[in-house]
Amino acid sequence: MEKTSGNTATRLFWSIVSFLRRCLFLVISIRPIPRHIAFIMDGNRRFAKKRKMMDGDGHRIGFLALMSMLKYCYELGVTYVTVYAFSIDNFKRNPEEVQSLMDLMQEKIEGLIKEESIVNRYGVRVHFIGNLKLLSEPVRSAAERAMAATANNSRGVLSICIAYTSTDEIVHAVQESCEEKLDEISAMNASGAGYGLIKLGGNEEDERVKIVKLTDIEKHMYMAVAPDPDVLIRTSGETRLSNFLLWQSAFCYLYSPSVLWPEIGFRHFVWAVLKFQSNYFYLERKRKQS
Amino acid sequence: MDFQMEMQRVSFCAAQIGNLGLVLLWHILHLFVSIWYFLLDLAFVFESYLISGGVLKNYKALDLGKLKYLAIVIESEEAYQTSKVIELLQWLEAIGVKRVCLYDTEGVLKKSKGAILNKLKNATEFEDGDEGLVDQKRMALEFSSFSDGKEAVTKAANLLFAKYLKLANLVGDHEEKIFTEPNMDEALKAIGCRGPDPDLLLVYGPARCHLGFPAWRIRYTEIIHMGELKWMKYGSLIKAIYRFTTVRQNYGK
Repeated sequence: MEKTSGNTATRLFWSIVSFLRRCLFLVISIRPIPRHIAFIMDGNRRFAKKRKMMDGDGHRIGFLALMSMLKYCYELGVTYVTVYAFSIDNFKRNPEEVQSLMDLMQEKIEGLIKEESIVNRYGVRVHFIGNLKLLSEPVRSAAERAMAATANNSRGVLSICIAYTSTDEIVHAVQESCEEKLDEISAMNASGAGYGLIKLGGNEEDERVKIVKLTDIEKHMYMAVAPDPDVLIRTSGETRLSNFLLWQSAFCYLYSPSVLWPEIGFRHFVWAVLKFQSNYFYLERKRKQS
Repeated sequence: MDFQMEMQRVSFCAAQIGNLGLVLLWHILHLFVSIWYFLLDLAFVFESYLISGGVLKNYKALDLGKLKYLAIVIESEEAYQTSKVIELLQWLEAIGVKRVCLYDTEGVLKKSKGAILNKLKNATEFEDGDEGLVDQKRMALEFSSFSDGKEAVTKAANLLFAKYLKLANLVGDHEEKIFTEPNMDEALKAIGCRGPDPDLLLVYGPARCHLGFPAWRIRYTEIIHMGELKWMKYGSLIKAIYRFTTVRQNYGK
């Protein structure tokens, strides 16, 4: 009897908390809220060290923190969320750590495909962003299955950056644009409409001819699935971007709370959104001017 | 009928009042945020006076070894205050910073280049490729704007495309040889838009945002928000540089 009344009390408590949270979100969304929030989930290893846990446990608790953040984002009405899960630079870590991270990611990706997962609850489509060829076969295949399973979800978008760096993304986009242009030119030549464009290769005039346009490159960026981020949150107080969304963050509000990622909570999320709102008009104006 | 219309009017009024209530609550929430940041700013101003007065001993000896290249992003509307920009550069000169990149979105600083270099007797314009030959006694300044970012990458992409075209008729996969990060680096250098990566980037403007500083160069750059240019303080500058010298990066490891 006591156990059930204990459970009821806990459930009532969390219902009240959830109700208050929704009320707060109602107030906040009176004015513009971020359409796209990006997270650099830094501080898992430091957290594990601080709590005298194994390194891997820090990442597991970090995953729970990520689930909370996603819940708050989609409840508030943020459509696009991007997270920096694994950088190409992280492959430099010792092989055991990399392998355990890959195993953790595969486990969690498989979890996303399940019916009751957060992405299906909120109707979120998942994209895996990065040079997926660098991943091992099991992880890559899990990622592809997750993308296929959520392809019909349309209420939100979750972009998980894995084996990603901005510089790699830019070079990849340039490569795709050039291959597309070459195909276009070959097709034009084949139909006789090329006017010898293919001969441009040896001409000094090259530098002045802009065949590849900025719009082509932007179209081929991995992150073309989402608009530019409005807020970029990096936890653990570090002030650098570490090769994340450098191209897309020109007019993005950068927020660096000193809290470690596994410890991030509701108040940090609310604070980030309020800070975004304080700077909204200024950043919108700069975005329109560029 | 009348009753229905009355009910509709009542619910409309209720909705309006409810909306006004929410707007009021929103403003109260933001009032707390503003008060918090106002108090924080007061504390920072007090601290900056202590630092410039030499009271806080920690900040006296600055080890500039790690700060090889500093970038300053200035909000374009504030960049018109050339005297403030010159004052900032004079402070940096006094601190001992040798190489600075000045950036603003619209290129206002590029236009004021002449005035700035005239006033700063001991400064020259930084040229790409100068790195080995930089005169250690003089300050080297680079001037950058939004067009040195995405547009420069587009021009570099066209250079790579020209190379790709040349090899297009040959058999084999050339993409892996041409489209690499080092080749992109070379292409950017060829068009004169590949200055050094700044170690530290100071933002003078209303918000913490890099305002389009060339993406290729800020992979591992520490970004610090200094507030608006008109409120710049020498003590805050020292504090930002000092904090930078205490940062330890893993570069992903």
